[in-house]
Amino acid sequence: MTATDEALMPIAEPASLINPQLPRLAWLVAAAIAVILGILVGPLLLGWSWWSVPFVAGIALLIGLPAWSAVVEGRRAAVDRTVTLLVFYAVTGALVPLVWVLGYTVAKGLPAIDWNFLTHDQTSKLDPVTFKQLPGAGVLHAILGTLWITLGAAVISIPIGLMTAVYLVEYGRGTWVARTTTILVDVMTGIPSIVAGLFAVALFTEFGGPGTRIGVMGSVALSLLMIPTVVRAGEEMMRLVPADLREASYALGVPKWRTIVKVVIPTAFGGIVTGVMLAISRVIGETAPLLVAVGAMDYFNNNLFSERMATLPVYIISQYKQGAGPLQNAWGAALLLIAIVMVLNIVARIIGTIFAPKTGR
Amino acid sequence: MAKGIDVSNLNIYYGDFLAVEDVNMSIRARTVTAFIGPSGCGKSTFLRSLNRMHEVIPGARVEGKIVVDGQDLYGAGVDPVAVRRQIGMVFQRPNPFPTMSIYDNVVAGNRLNSRKMSKSQTDDIVEKSLRGANLWTEVKDRLNKPGMGLSGGQQQRLCIARAIAVEPQILLMDEPCSALDPISTAAIEDLIHQLKNDYTIAIVTHNMQQAARVSDFTGFFNLKATGEPGHLVELNTTKTMFAKPDNPATEDYISGRFG
Repeated sequence: MTATDEALMPIAEPASLINPQLPRLAWLVAAAIAVILGILVGPLLLGWSWWSVPFVAGIALLIGLPAWSAVVEGRRAAVDRTVTLLVFYAVTGALVPLVWVLGYTVAKGLPAIDWNFLTHDQTSKLDPVTFKQLPGAGVLHAILGTLWITLGAAVISIPIGLMTAVYLVEYGRGTWVARTTTILVDVMTGIPSIVAGLFAVALFTEFGGPGTRIGVMGSVALSLLMIPTVVRAGEEMMRLVPADLREASYALGVPKWRTIVKVVIPTAFGGIVTGVMLAISRVIGETAPLLVAVGAMDYFNNNLFSERMATLPVYIISQYKQGAGPLQNAWGAALLLIAIVMVLNIVARIIGTIFAPKTGR
Repeated sequence: MAKGIDVSNLNIYYGDFLAVEDVNMSIRARTVTAFIGPSGCGKSTFLRSLNRMHEVIPGARVEGKIVVDGQDLYGAGVDPVAVRRQIGMVFQRPNPFPTMSIYDNVVAGNRLNSRKMSKSQTDDIVEKSLRGANLWTEVKDRLNKPGMGLSGGQQQRLCIARAIAVEPQILLMDEPCSALDPISTAAIEDLIHQLKNDYTIAIVTHNMQQAARVSDFTGFFNLKATGEPGHLVELNTTKTMFAKPDNPATEDYISGRFG
């Protein structure tokens, strides 16, 4: 560009890119003022409960911060701050109950958990030396029962669920059998869990006569609740596997079933594991079907195929019904149940990460 | 080991829709044959019917004869899986298996078919195939890294290595360079020149210069009108096609008067 060209260029005033802004920690200042306001207005001035403080402060912040922003920064920034606050409130609203439940269970349950609680069943024993009755309020029998019955449910549900998913994705696409299966699976997702328990009772009454209560009935009832979740998760994950990969495998002369086993399922494996673990977490805390199908038991029973079995949820409800003293045991058992679910979830995440498709160089 | 292909009266359908009509041609062993033509004229569909990949799509079917080594690929009792072991394919977008390392990707064809092989045998196959695909020097120190970590051009050459590791007789390539930059494209074109010594190659390309650069024979596919089936207009030596084609429609397309 020559000097004359430059002289001919119209000279426009550049639009200003600088806008007044609140200091970075303005929200903190506003929040502090809102909390002080909440304390002053709520409990001190109007005599409301201290529980009102977060609500009053929240509303004050929601009005005050955008107003301050509107004066200094303009309308767009004020809207931005309003929406940011609303999103923040929504997240808090979702998290508070979770943290609350967890914290409360830990606080209530931790005192109940000791070595005796973790290593004994519920039967009372006499000390062989002093002949005094030992405290016999353990939950090990219920922990083992829950693990056995859930394992049984997983053994039934995972093969059936995954094979159904394989059929739906790889073989049945567009056929009426597949469409009907999908609808039925969706309906099954919504069955009330007690109905699953009653179904197991009805089924086993046919074989074992009335009054049959064995652990595997619980597994069958839970698997009814678990299968739809496994099918759904498996189906979604396998559909996400690109058709390119299947074609690449076919073009190498690999038969369809090997393509499914060696290419499709490994590629979707991380997601499938997560889905299966979610399904297990869903059923491990089920109470109603186990109450009707398995019943309760005070001592160890590690045989799924004979006699009743204790499970953590049923243990919790029976302790709860017995009043103040055993209630602490119920909290302890609840904490253990949450811990089991958490451990399973962490294991699932680790497995999922190990098998996830790798992109590193 | 390379073989030619004879195609006669081939009609290719998607459900009731006739996509490609009445193709007759023969592809000679140890040559490169390129297929050019406007989008939707059925060149990829035709290519996919050559190793029975077309029927993977629900409702898709083929009528007519494709003869390789005296056997009709669509004859009664022919196993499509056996056909695909003889006729390999490289796709438009590089598609290495994401769960496998570079090494495992190359031997995937052998492993997935559960061929029992010793470690030294697989090592040999991996080195030979990667050298064949001009990728060995670039990846020999990181064979155990995931195949998805390579660049697009390297991934495509990995897919070629994977295809030649099962030692097919014929190699089909469906626009293998369309997702690649010019340097990777040049690498793959060089590779096609070398592979011609051992394999019969059929390649679909949108790029007429590429057809002119790599192929010995060129086939031009066209549509009479949109919605009509595609057909083979002319198959000739590449020299004739680009200098003085027999059919005026071919000349119009190649000289850029349409398409």
